Amino acid sequence: MTERSYIRNFSIIAHIDHGKSTLADRLIQFCGNVKDREMRQQLLDSMELDIERGITIKAQTVRLNYKHRDGRTYQINLMDTPGHVDFAYEVSRSLAACEGSLLVVDASQGVEAQTLANVYQALDYNHEIIPVLNKIDLPAADEARVKTQIEDVIGIDASASIPVSAKTGVNIQYVLEAIVERLPAPHGNKEKPLKAVLIDSWYDSYLGVVVLVRVFDGVLKKGQKIKLMQTGSAHSVESVGIFRPKKEIVKELGPGEVGFFTAAIKEVADTRVGDTVTDDKNPTETPLEGFKPVQPVVFCGLFPVDANDFEDLRSAMAKLRLNDASFSFEMETSVALGFGFRCGFLGLLHLEIITERLDREFNLDLIATAPSVVYHIYVNNGQMREMHNPADMPDPTLIGHIEEPWIEAAIFVPDEYLGGVLKLCQDRRGRQKELTYTGTRAMIVYELPLNEVVFDFYDRLKSISRGYASFDYQLIGYEQNDLVKMSVLVNAEPVDALSMIVHRSRSELRGRMLCEKLKELIPQHLFKIPIQAAIGGRIIARETISALRKDVLAKCYGGDVSRKRKLLEKQKAGKKKMRQFGKVEIPHEAFIQALKMQD
Amino acid sequence: MNVSQKFEQFNDSNFGIYVHWPFCESKCPYCDFNSFANYGSIDQADILAGYIQEILHLRSLTGPKSVSSIFIGGGTPSLMLPPVLDSLLRAIQQSWHVESWAEITLEANPSNVELGRFKAYRSVGINRLSLGVQALRDFDLQALGRLHTARQALVCIDITAKIFPNFSLDLIYARPNQTLDDWRCELSQVLSLGGQHLSLYQLIIQEGTLFANKRLAGELHILEPELANDMYALTQQMTTNAGLKGYEISNHAVPGLESQHNLLYWRCGEYAGIGPGAHGRIISNGYRIAILNEYLPEKWLAKINESGNALIEFAKLSKEEQADELIIMGLRTVEGLNLERLARIASLIPMQKKVTELVEQDFLEYAQDFKVLRVKEQGRFIVNKLILELASSLEPV
Ligand SMILES: Nc1nc2c(ncn2[C@@H]2O[C@H](COP(=O)(O)OP(=O)(O)O)[C@@H](O)[C@H]2O)c(=O)[nH]1
Ligand code: SF4
Repeated sequence: MTERSYIRNFSIIAHIDHGKSTLADRLIQFCGNVKDREMRQQLLDSMELDIERGITIKAQTVRLNYKHRDGRTYQINLMDTPGHVDFAYEVSRSLAACEGSLLVVDASQGVEAQTLANVYQALDYNHEIIPVLNKIDLPAADEARVKTQIEDVIGIDASASIPVSAKTGVNIQYVLEAIVERLPAPHGNKEKPLKAVLIDSWYDSYLGVVVLVRVFDGVLKKGQKIKLMQTGSAHSVESVGIFRPKKEIVKELGPGEVGFFTAAIKEVADTRVGDTVTDDKNPTETPLEGFKPVQPVVFCGLFPVDANDFEDLRSAMAKLRLNDASFSFEMETSVALGFGFRCGFLGLLHLEIITERLDREFNLDLIATAPSVVYHIYVNNGQMREMHNPADMPDPTLIGHIEEPWIEAAIFVPDEYLGGVLKLCQDRRGRQKELTYTGTRAMIVYELPLNEVVFDFYDRLKSISRGYASFDYQLIGYEQNDLVKMSVLVNAEPVDALSMIVHRSRSELRGRMLCEKLKELIPQHLFKIPIQAAIGGRIIARETISALRKDVLAKCYGGDVSRKRKLLEKQKAGKKKMRQFGKVEIPHEAFIQALKMQD
Repeated sequence: MNVSQKFEQFNDSNFGIYVHWPFCESKCPYCDFNSFANYGSIDQADILAGYIQEILHLRSLTGPKSVSSIFIGGGTPSLMLPPVLDSLLRAIQQSWHVESWAEITLEANPSNVELGRFKAYRSVGINRLSLGVQALRDFDLQALGRLHTARQALVCIDITAKIFPNFSLDLIYARPNQTLDDWRCELSQVLSLGGQHLSLYQLIIQEGTLFANKRLAGELHILEPELANDMYALTQQMTTNAGLKGYEISNHAVPGLESQHNLLYWRCGEYAGIGPGAHGRIISNGYRIAILNEYLPEKWLAKINESGNALIEFAKLSKEEQADELIIMGLRTVEGLNLERLARIASLIPMQKKVTELVEQDFLEYAQDFKVLRVKEQGRFIVNKLILELASSLEPV
């Protein structure tokens, strides 16, 4: 156990691609922990998706031994936090487990929206912040400008920021020096009962569930009976260790230290991020504050394209949930899509990650329905019900009013795209809160209904700004609005999987776009197909797909029936991927494509 | 004998032979057949030797059979020297029994007609000629890359009519810039020539052809589908009025003079394929097997010399694949799809609900006491879609 005053715990806050991983690699290398080649795979989570997307889903930690110029060796714990708003709660738990942060900003780019939110959170935890200006080897690096920007936009003192190049290694030692000199040592008392925060947990096929903790008081050691205070379960600690970044078993973890333990815990769902770990027999009287059970924010239906894959889908989801308790699913049936699952996610990225993993790791072809937020429906007797699926909407006559979740979004965007972005926010029922400039970039803060954002807002934002806008949001609460359920009728029959909740003022436009899109997406049939959008019994938009009346026919093909058959086989396979709805076949991608809007 | 009598007469034991001659004088820009130009140096004797090897190999697979039709296509098989053709036909006769009434067709191009040669073809056993006329307008012939003129075509038809008891003309319509009136005019000229059989195809741009590239480059415009449809309808009307009944989507004949070999294909009969790139469907050990030969002439020959055959595919057809083929072929013919036969061969049948739906929509009709499904007039325009609908609703009988 290291003496508290020789421990420093910090996290790195950075926008994607600003160099967080590279800097972390450099720091590890500087402290001589690993060989170059091993480095990258070890530091980053092994999940393929993580590396590709440049985001971390699971918190990672690494303990470094740094010999300071004062001659002493310090234990420095680097906490790598998830870098996306969907995982804001996880980020907050990681931040709560350290005393300071490096704010890494690409000196050739400047501050981005995501950075901002995380810095504010770090400040909420009284973090000491060390600004690090990265990529100074680039000709486009402009230290002075970015410093001013940090001061103007974030409002922290940037005079003592450290210019570095994580790539070439320039000034890396100053970062380590600053960590030791400017960040406070952790508090804590090893004589008190054990009190540690559960930062993250994951499933390891050899060890079972691995729990990452930061100790505040007391000592955690092998053989100890510990208790998870929120879930109330008790477990015997089987091993205690740290990451360097390789796993290394240690005797114990004391106040200020960060590490992991295993205790024959079967499921990740039994461990909750933010929970307090204490001694079973001698528990702390003051559990840590700020624990929140994870709440899915976005829901969507996932259906197997091939109905035979249903059981495979169920078991794949169960496997993913093993490691991700924030993902939830329950069985759902749809008239249009058959058997599937209603799934809950922390946000859109989370949704995307899960569906991508189902596709990639489990080889499942899925139909995803439009994401929906959680509505609060107040029925006439004043009772509130949560609604995750537009299909569950009660009869309008039974509804008193409906509330929908709102967010506050911060968007950074270069001047030239500002007009387009403002229009987008306005079109999506946004309320402007702030508009400020730093140099040639604007920062806008908008309040927006989550249901307008949940679908393709981010895609649209990126395309309007040619990829230059950055975006971050947080939930701010529920608000009553004039919301209605819009249903879609194809060939006069309602298609449940296409119904959605919209604001009345937006319903006609959405209805019209949806019908137009469906007209493009549904192939011509042998008969004509009316497509209608309706609110209650009232049709608000319609399109018609005309009947197929011509086809290439008098082709010369002689004896080569194989070729014709192979073509037919392809067409048959394509047809299999369609969903039969009444007499109409709808291609499965239509369910999600139809909802993408071209504002 | 009318079509339905022929149908009654048809039985699964009919057996045909297709021989592919892969060489042409030049490559037509729309052609995606397995044909090659600039083979000045080929030795016809080598090709013949390859054919003969293949015949022996196929005979070992099919066992003894009675041949009801032989079709020598290409390519341009009228480039074959009569003695080569003679040896080929003899080799076939030595391996299988060729019926005295068998239809033996040779494809020919008007650009290489010689009276003497045609007479020689007739004398070695060819009793039907299929002439690749393609057009009777010089401008279009040129655009189609053909080496003959309209005048040459007419002379050739004249000679053919004198020598062969039975002949067919191939034409391509729906050509770039063609109008409905152009086609009416041209087709009535064709009909006045007294042929008993016409194959009338719409120009289609196939991937990998010169036309496909031209189209990509914006140098070639195909006709509006509506106009092509109108031309198709006109074609049906004019040929019917002239007594040449359509018996398949693009084939028309004086009743009784339908091509036996074509009918064999469309009824999914058994046939052996000989020559580079030739397909076949044979029954071996009770299985229906799709066979396909190596495409490139040199490789084809090398393979035969090495291993006695040039197969690159020898695949047992599944029940579903057989059903698909029966549907593809059946719906394109006037005879229609014989549901009994489909059930017997493939143990699959299209869902009753689907069929009823298509019948109610007036695209299909039942015939022969619900034993047969036929495409109705307005269904012909969407026959590919109908094929897909039936083929994807198959269920076990
Ligand atoms: N020129 C230069 N490139 C850098 C520097 N630091 C990181 N990069 C590059 O910036 C990109 C993003 O870096 P990475 O560490 O993956 O960013 P992260 O997404 O914040 O983890 C990579 O291509 C790095 O090679 C630097 O100091 N100079
Ligand atoms: S003559 Fe016939 S086979 Fe030869 S290239 Fe022309 S169209 Fe093709």
